[in-house]
Amino acid sequence: MPFAPVIVSKGALEKPMTCCTSAGGIALTVATDINRDGEILLASRLVGDGVRQTDLSVPSIHCGACIRNVETALAALPGVEAARVNLSTKRATIRWHDGAPPPFIETLRRAGYDAHIYDAGAEVKDTAFNELIRALAVAGFAASNIMLLSVSVWSGADNATRDLFHGISAAIALPTLAYSGRMFFRSAWRALRHGRTNMDVPISIGVLLAFGMSLYETATHGAHAYFDASVTLLFFLLIGRTLDHLMREKARTAVKGLANLAARGALVLQPDGDRVYMSINEITAGMTILLAAGERVPVDAQVIAGHSDIDSALLSGESAPVAAAPGTYLQAGVLNLTEPLTLKATAAAKDSTLADMVRLMEAAETGRSAYRRIADRASRLYAPVVHATAFLTFIGWMIATGDIHRAVTIAIAVLIITCPCALGLAVPMVQVMAARRLFENGILLKDGGALERLAEIDAIVFDKTGTLTSGMPRLIDPAAIAPGALKIATAIAVHSRHPYSRAIAAACLANPTPLEPDAVTEHPGCGLDARIGPHTYRLGRANWALSDSATDDTGLVLSKDGAPLACFRFEDRLRSGTHDALKALKRDFEIEILSGDHDAVVGRIAGELDLRYSAGMLPAGKVERIRDIESHGHHVLMVGDGLNDASALAAAHASMAPATAADIGRNAADLVFLHESLDAVPQAIGLAREAAKLVRQNLVLAVGYNIIAVPVAIMGHVTPLIAAIAMSSSSIVVIANALRLGGRRRVGKSAATSASHVSLDIMEHA
Amino acid sequence: MDDFLFLVPVALLLGLAGLGAFMWALGNGQYDDLNGAAERILLDDKDTPL
Repeated sequence: MPFAPVIVSKGALEKPMTCCTSAGGIALTVATDINRDGEILLASRLVGDGVRQTDLSVPSIHCGACIRNVETALAALPGVEAARVNLSTKRATIRWHDGAPPPFIETLRRAGYDAHIYDAGAEVKDTAFNELIRALAVAGFAASNIMLLSVSVWSGADNATRDLFHGISAAIALPTLAYSGRMFFRSAWRALRHGRTNMDVPISIGVLLAFGMSLYETATHGAHAYFDASVTLLFFLLIGRTLDHLMREKARTAVKGLANLAARGALVLQPDGDRVYMSINEITAGMTILLAAGERVPVDAQVIAGHSDIDSALLSGESAPVAAAPGTYLQAGVLNLTEPLTLKATAAAKDSTLADMVRLMEAAETGRSAYRRIADRASRLYAPVVHATAFLTFIGWMIATGDIHRAVTIAIAVLIITCPCALGLAVPMVQVMAARRLFENGILLKDGGALERLAEIDAIVFDKTGTLTSGMPRLIDPAAIAPGALKIATAIAVHSRHPYSRAIAAACLANPTPLEPDAVTEHPGCGLDARIGPHTYRLGRANWALSDSATDDTGLVLSKDGAPLACFRFEDRLRSGTHDALKALKRDFEIEILSGDHDAVVGRIAGELDLRYSAGMLPAGKVERIRDIESHGHHVLMVGDGLNDASALAAAHASMAPATAADIGRNAADLVFLHESLDAVPQAIGLAREAAKLVRQNLVLAVGYNIIAVPVAIMGHVTPLIAAIAMSSSSIVVIANALRLGGRRRVGKSAATSASHVSLDIMEHA
Repeated sequence: MDDFLFLVPVALLLGLAGLGAFMWALGNGQYDDLNGAAERILLDDKDTPL
């Protein structure tokens, strides 16, 4: 009898999308096949002998059936050698024979999965993490074995056995220190050479001195050897390091995996009429670019043929699309909405608006690098105090007894007992727990320092378009429009990708219309034109749709043979939860809106939310304003999504961006929230403050342990047994305290749901 | 005392064997896709790592 999971997966095979409701239908991709092929070729890499490898990010893979569907669909393509899905990273790796790339993305879309090219070439393989794990494994092995030998020594092994065990311990400890300890030694040496000191300096000195003294003890048949202490210390410290690294790496790949939506290249029309897909860096001023609808403008350019509508929300913050006609200058990064355009590049990528933004961002970021993480600040105080104590102990015992061996032994015991393994775990452990809690709530944290900064903020600055609002217009009050007119408008609107048309279509999704208009034509910048029976209907700007129009209104008009039928008005919809989130935030923070959009639009939203605002801001203006607030002693959190916010995100004390943000914005922000709701902001701040409290508690615990242990060490009462117990127990107390953060009430959204939200959000935006 | 002479090496060698196995698994990419491995057990066709 087949058991249940097999039946499930078989059922899923017959209907490929049973468990994973496809997001495929939402994505609108109109890039031509030539573009796609060029892009795949550009992102693939040769892995030897005429075989190329392509990595695709497939966010909607969820289960075993998906693995099978994707792998069989890809492997069936001609030229594909092998296809392998990685469920953890939601990526598919395909190896194919050199030549024209098989239609991977189209095939997957037909199977119900949306795929994006994942640029593996841009990703540096994470060797540091593997190195840490290996070092941790070696240290763990050595620590446990030396501890076993030490236990028998402590239980009173006779002299010959003790010397033998010390010898074996030394033989295990030496290669372990060389292998697992090298990253600490390297970092300490680098710091010392530059005349600085960091946490690794006391660690290295403590470990090396403990080992050296134990070696001397072993050689002279002494009773006390600290091999276990030096190796256990490394083990605990490596746990802290590994956790710290793991968290940062996880968030970074997650942010990267949000699908790279930026154009990697563009279709260039050569003088001889050939069409070549070129990477962005190869495009120079004067080249002719063919831009399909739905693509982003790769470099600054001027329109030479075609009419279309342009969405520059990410670049300028302006929510309403603008018309483009021959002669219009377009900035790199704006989105072409409705019709194909022919462009003439006016600048190379490195001189384009996008590059200016990056430069502005880098300049702004230098201010923030002045922030020192709490662990660094602690180590700055810690190292001199510890070394001074050990030195004074040595002097004191020299004066008191004159026995140099005894004085050195006790001084080294002080160094061992004060070695900061609890301190090294205190901060990363809390931050890892906080990052996990944030991830469960759909928030990605880039690094631990951001969490500390987030806990300090007392003012918040929001961008409008795409941050407070979803960046998608919504039809105001559809119930007030005559149902007949709305029906006709919907039937026409479904033929267009213009945001307003999509808003009308979305408002009317509930009652699908049987009407099928003939000959719908789109007039970019004006509207849609359709015939139903003998009548001509127009849906578009008033001065175009109506035969006699005096008004130049911002709304849309539906006309029948030139006479008005209905009027549609739109608003940029607030993100869900915006009111509640802001109400909660207003109690504790100064809040302000900085937007690049027109005064009237921003004013209306600001009025609705009862916030202060500045409209028509340029990127540099936003940075200026944030500097201004910070100069009054405030710490600012910037929440924004656009390219125009990137420099402000980098300049602010802490920053958050939605997953729908521009690549640059996502990279500049400290935290990225995946869900639609703005609740993420108060949640993240709340958690950051909770984490800051736990970090402080942990530091107090770690220091408190030293206050008890150091006098004992100075008095000369520390044996290897006491050192081992004290060190381990203090580390465990600190870890247990940090775990409390994960144990508290959990908001029950699994990582899987948050991942599906990401893909949906992105596709809606694409 | 005589017992140590083979018990300690045996213990160490077993530990080293475990460490070696872990290092091999890590380098071989056995930990690259833990979720996928859990699901693949339900797929019954031939399945070779890439």
